Amino acid sequence: MPQQVFKRPRALSDKPTHFCPGCTHGTAHRLVAEAIDYFGVQERTIGVACVGCAVFMYDYFNVDVIEAPHGRAPAVATGVKRAQPEKIVFTYQGDGDLAAIGTSEIIHTANRGENITVIFVNNTVYGMTGGQMAPTTLLGQQTTTSPYGRDFRTDGYPIRMAEMLATLEGVAYSTRVSLHNPKAVLNAKKAIRKAFEMQVNEMGFSLVEVLSACHTNWRVSPLAGQKKVEEEMIPYFPLGVFKERTGKDFL
Amino acid sequence: MKDLQLIKGNVALAEAAIQAGCRYYFGYPITPQNDIPEYLSEHLPKAGGIFIQAESEIASINMVMGASASGARAMTSSSGPGISLMQEGMSYMAGSEIPCLVVNIMRCGPGLGGISPTQGDYFQATRGGGHGDYYNIVLAPASVQEMFNLTIKAFELADKYRNPAMILADAILGQMKEPASLEPTEPIQFFDKPWAITGAKDHKPQYLKTLYLNDGEQEAHNLQLKEKYDHIRENEPLYEEQATSDAEIVIVAFGTASRIVKTAIKLAREEGIRAGLVRPITLFPFPSKAVYEASKRVRKVLVVEMNTGQMLTDVQISAHREADIHFYGRPGGGVPTPEEVLAEIKRSIHATAGIQAP
Repeated sequence: MPQQVFKRPRALSDKPTHFCPGCTHGTAHRLVAEAIDYFGVQERTIGVACVGCAVFMYDYFNVDVIEAPHGRAPAVATGVKRAQPEKIVFTYQGDGDLAAIGTSEIIHTANRGENITVIFVNNTVYGMTGGQMAPTTLLGQQTTTSPYGRDFRTDGYPIRMAEMLATLEGVAYSTRVSLHNPKAVLNAKKAIRKAFEMQVNEMGFSLVEVLSACHTNWRVSPLAGQKKVEEEMIPYFPLGVFKERTGKDFL
Repeated sequence: MKDLQLIKGNVALAEAAIQAGCRYYFGYPITPQNDIPEYLSEHLPKAGGIFIQAESEIASINMVMGASASGARAMTSSSGPGISLMQEGMSYMAGSEIPCLVVNIMRCGPGLGGISPTQGDYFQATRGGGHGDYYNIVLAPASVQEMFNLTIKAFELADKYRNPAMILADAILGQMKEPASLEPTEPIQFFDKPWAITGAKDHKPQYLKTLYLNDGEQEAHNLQLKEKYDHIRENEPLYEEQATSDAEIVIVAFGTASRIVKTAIKLAREEGIRAGLVRPITLFPFPSKAVYEASKRVRKVLVVEMNTGQMLTDVQISAHREADIHFYGRPGGGVPTPEEVLAEIKRSIHATAGIQAP
């Protein structure tokens, strides 16, 4: 008898994605859905969508979803989780959302140790609005609003969110992964599962920063985009676990 | 006879919220409304609720959004500058039809302004305030008793219509103490919330969203919201009338200003001037019919506000076209005395037509 060894996660809908061909948002979505399936929590999971490319997550996840204003997903998630502490609550945010307009919300939500999971997709540009500079844009990187390349004298430095948030007491888990090759994807899968495990076990705030290419706005082919992630992003945004709590936080 | 307590307006409001079943408060301190979070930080946990002092007004309103979207009664409170920061969240809640209560104990602006009482946020409250095509349900108490009663009413209306509701009061109503009964006059209404996001266990996955990109979808959504607002306009206006049956001049005032006007009317009647009051209790929906009827009958209308003439515009829209409308306004923390209002009543009676400059 043939045995099915690979199938679509239950938590993922069969709607074709609107993302650009080759975009790794689809991969990230799948990894999140697999984690939801793994813990069997689909029926008690609530997603919080941010603005930008990821806002359509309600089309792709078979879970209840609320759409938050730009950058405010961690605050909305706080309200959802406080009102429904038994539910699994996650946000899915881009770098413009989390590292620019929403820095206040992410820092204080993390600092309160809200028992939620944040999937932070960092592709160093504003994707949906057409490739403008983000707080994570690399030095020298050209975007539509840094046409001469990002210069720290005018634009500051790319922010390393996973490291910064790891310094906060309220954070249970903070890690950075990438999706640039199959091995990286497998590591990302483990990290995302771990982040949800933290929440399932009520360990506190968990964040997975996922390095992703935006070849459309980077103006490169998908394969060249993955190469840039590996050769240009990872040296500045190193992969790894920056904080991992092993016991519950009873400070 | 119900037991009366000498109690502060802000505290009566906070207690009403607990009795109305509000179990989630998220807020950020600002004068002159701090008694509300202070009271709730003490009493909500005892009632099994959650109090969080958020890092900003922006976070506060978004936490309210999350808790309300979960089907709970949730609220925040602030004052002018903080309400400005909350407008983004209120627009999203109106758009995705999530109810909530927002309390604005007004301070005078624009900008940081001052902490004295004013009614300068009327436009912000009644014209949506944030971006897009929407309205808040706005209730304007004029006593500590009403700070209690209308807070319960606001939660009920918010849930009934899945829309943000606002209590619009000022520093005087928030800070003063009056005898009030902290017992609801009627059973508190609760509503089923099958739309809430509670996990897709008993239903298909559902979404609370405001983004509609397909052709005509956003317009259809906004037209559906308009139908709701029309229904609210038709069914929910609240107002109080006093001494209008024989009046030769009708004064329109809300909140604190209406209390001062009541004293001025008494003074006027002692002098043989037949003055009456129409007090809007809901500012959205504005009691246009009541204002129209009164102005049709009486023709002489004086609008008194603690601003430069904001509700005035609603009176102008509502009044009979032959009504002779005058205005007296004290902005920026200026509180009129009954004698000053009386002088304006006399001036309006003798003036031929037109709006008086404040």
